[in-house]
Amino acid sequence: MSSTGQSLRSGYDGVVLTTPVSVPYERYSIKPAQWWVAAALRALSQQSGVRHADMDGLALASFTLAPDSAVGVTQHLGLSPRWLDNVPMGGVAGIVSIRRAARAVQSGDVDMVACIGADTNHVDTFRQTLASFSRFAQDAVYPYGAGGPNASFALIARHYMDRFGARREDFGKLAVSQRTNAAFNPNALMRKPLTLDDYMAARPICDPIHLYDCVMPCAGAEAFLVMRESQARALGLGYVHLRSAIERHNAHASDPVQVRGGWTIDIAELYAMAGLGPDDIDVLQTYDDYPVISMMQFEDLGFCAKGDGAAFVRAHSFTHDGSFPHNTSGGQLSAGQAGAAGGHLGVVETIRQLLGEAGGRQVAKARYGMASGFGMINYDRGLASGAVILEAAHG
Amino acid sequence: MVEALRKPPRKDPLQRTTVPTLPPAARSRAAQGLTRAAALGRFALQCCSDCGTFLYPPREACPACLSDRLDYRDAPQSGTLLSETTIRVSNDPYFRQRSPWRIGLVQLSAGPQVICHLHDDCGAGGSSVYVTLQLDKSGQAVFFGLPPEKQPNWADERKWREMTADPKFRRVLITDGRSAVAAALVGALQAAECGEIFVGVSEPWKPDGATLSKLRGLAGVTLVDLDLTSEKSVRDLAGSIGAKVDILVNTADHVRPSALFDPAELNRGREAMERVVMGSLRLVQAFGPVMTSRGADRATSAAAWVNILPVYAEVNMPEFGMHSVAAAAALSLSQWMRSEFRQGGLRVVNAFAGPLETEWFEPLPPPKVTPGALASAIVKGLKSGTEDLYVGVVAEDIRDRLASNAKAVERELGQ
Repeated sequence: MSSTGQSLRSGYDGVVLTTPVSVPYERYSIKPAQWWVAAALRALSQQSGVRHADMDGLALASFTLAPDSAVGVTQHLGLSPRWLDNVPMGGVAGIVSIRRAARAVQSGDVDMVACIGADTNHVDTFRQTLASFSRFAQDAVYPYGAGGPNASFALIARHYMDRFGARREDFGKLAVSQRTNAAFNPNALMRKPLTLDDYMAARPICDPIHLYDCVMPCAGAEAFLVMRESQARALGLGYVHLRSAIERHNAHASDPVQVRGGWTIDIAELYAMAGLGPDDIDVLQTYDDYPVISMMQFEDLGFCAKGDGAAFVRAHSFTHDGSFPHNTSGGQLSAGQAGAAGGHLGVVETIRQLLGEAGGRQVAKARYGMASGFGMINYDRGLASGAVILEAAHG
Repeated sequence: MVEALRKPPRKDPLQRTTVPTLPPAARSRAAQGLTRAAALGRFALQCCSDCGTFLYPPREACPACLSDRLDYRDAPQSGTLLSETTIRVSNDPYFRQRSPWRIGLVQLSAGPQVICHLHDDCGAGGSSVYVTLQLDKSGQAVFFGLPPEKQPNWADERKWREMTADPKFRRVLITDGRSAVAAALVGALQAAECGEIFVGVSEPWKPDGATLSKLRGLAGVTLVDLDLTSEKSVRDLAGSIGAKVDILVNTADHVRPSALFDPAELNRGREAMERVVMGSLRLVQAFGPVMTSRGADRATSAAAWVNILPVYAEVNMPEFGMHSVAAAAALSLSQWMRSEFRQGGLRVVNAFAGPLETEWFEPLPPPKVTPGALASAIVKGLKSGTEDLYVGVVAEDIRDRLASNAKAVERELGQ
């Protein structure tokens, strides 16, 4: 924002997202990350009718690609892009990929960017990823019980519950609603109905985190294309408009425990750029590595005040046909967490909803959709946050 | 309140001995500053020399002013618990063996927030905690949150015992019953409720002398034949009691005045190396394998190996030049031992002492270390989990002078 309160940012006019792709997840896979990237690229090509070699941009997010980076993938998969980005940002990689790709497309540096989040999950991949996740995690987190994100979010959740009076039942309502949504998503790994009693009776993992608060690590990929509207029309592709996007890293560093993410700094700009307010959003996909984080996003994305997340949850229903449609694919809690693809899942689902391609979980008359990203527990908190507002083309 | 540790029953021979596993050991070089402090029983945090901000986790530059002049400074140990959890499902084999495991997030009064192992006596969020730096079974520094007011049995808490080598109910071998510190050690260890104490006696036909006569017939003490100059003697004893030794205190020493140009120095050197270095090596080879295999053997597992070394292991004192040479070799051996013993979760403690109040050091001026002071420092170190002990004002003086300017100490001792 400038001193006059006017944002200096120009809009994303003419930039669209197309071709939502989900490569069906597997709990464990013997195939490496390169295979999952290829599967996503193959699906993008088949659905869009564009030869993969003709895609001139790639934004790739993966934790398990080592020793390769995105450059190696170009040779492996026969691409010759003039715009290439490696986005090792986990849960916010999808949002960051959109922001970067949109400006490149807008300025003509590239015509179309394949945004792919893909990871494999071998037996023991998860433990190895945790042990070497970051310098701070290696020095200051993993040696303390090696609980992984469950322990880190347990500390955040316990504090949030103590401070704001949220209860396990409130978290449970979100988990149960997402499972209801997942019943209509054939790609979700967990579709067995879940009741609040099941949720409450589940075994503790890291108090107060219990089994159904946790995502299941798996292999999978999510992808979409970013291009100019004129090109999407020429290709005959269904598309959605990018109305606004924000990202922020390491916000609120002086908060002793995380009670908010970086969204709070930029949320006014997100709505102002789109010319919208929270009431205009028809469907929301939050980054749901744990229900407490979704609750925090309801607050930080402007749907309720800080500390009112639990009351907001009690006042709404969150299924695709509810008063506040949320994580309509089942989210990571029910679909599974395919590594960095978890950061693309909400974007892909939002595109589907706005294209009217969400099948049995379609939100009626969805015009404006918001997807948020969150991630990178570098030490004691998630450092990266971002969000986008998308608009249906026919709206 | 923690339930009191019970004296372990005789081990069921059919029961499998838990295989020692280690907590995650990888650390950045900057984080090893914490290890240095923990090894000495200190509490230090990285601190920016330019703006005075305490930093954690360890960094390469200060996030407040970007200075790279970061060093470790002693910091206040008080804090407030911000949040806590009990990990019931861990990703790491060491913690899976030991779950559930409680951790906390603490706001240190020094500034940073630290994730720490949390004592079961600590309260819920909002409670005060007293934070220490401990060496875990991997030998790496970790923060440990204790309640500010200690409850009865607090030291019996199982997470705390993982971070220490508390002698309570552990059986001990003291290698030389004629050593001046043996009797004092027996007293200090028994005061700490240790298990059976074995005391080695070499050349049993010799008269007992003052120390040994005190130990003969003492309840809880068993005298055993042990001659560190004989490989057979050492191996025989290990074969007989090796699996019963949880803490071994190696008192091997050989003090003689030296003169560098005296032709007899060659023989004195050979003798010193034979007794101190080769004697220790025989002990390590005989007792090391069984002790390191028992590093996770119930609550009274094998836990520590203590070497008593003259502080002149770190810098040569010419009046006792050969003594210093042998001690330097023994110090090097102890570092070698650490890499091997760590695999079994055992710590190798070096107790560096200034000249002891014994006949061989009579020509030296005071202050000297009494055997009682050395013994109680060793027991205190085992209870608190320290790895490098400097006992007495002379040892502390040498330690501080070496840290300040090692070359100056070399010149000063050589005057």
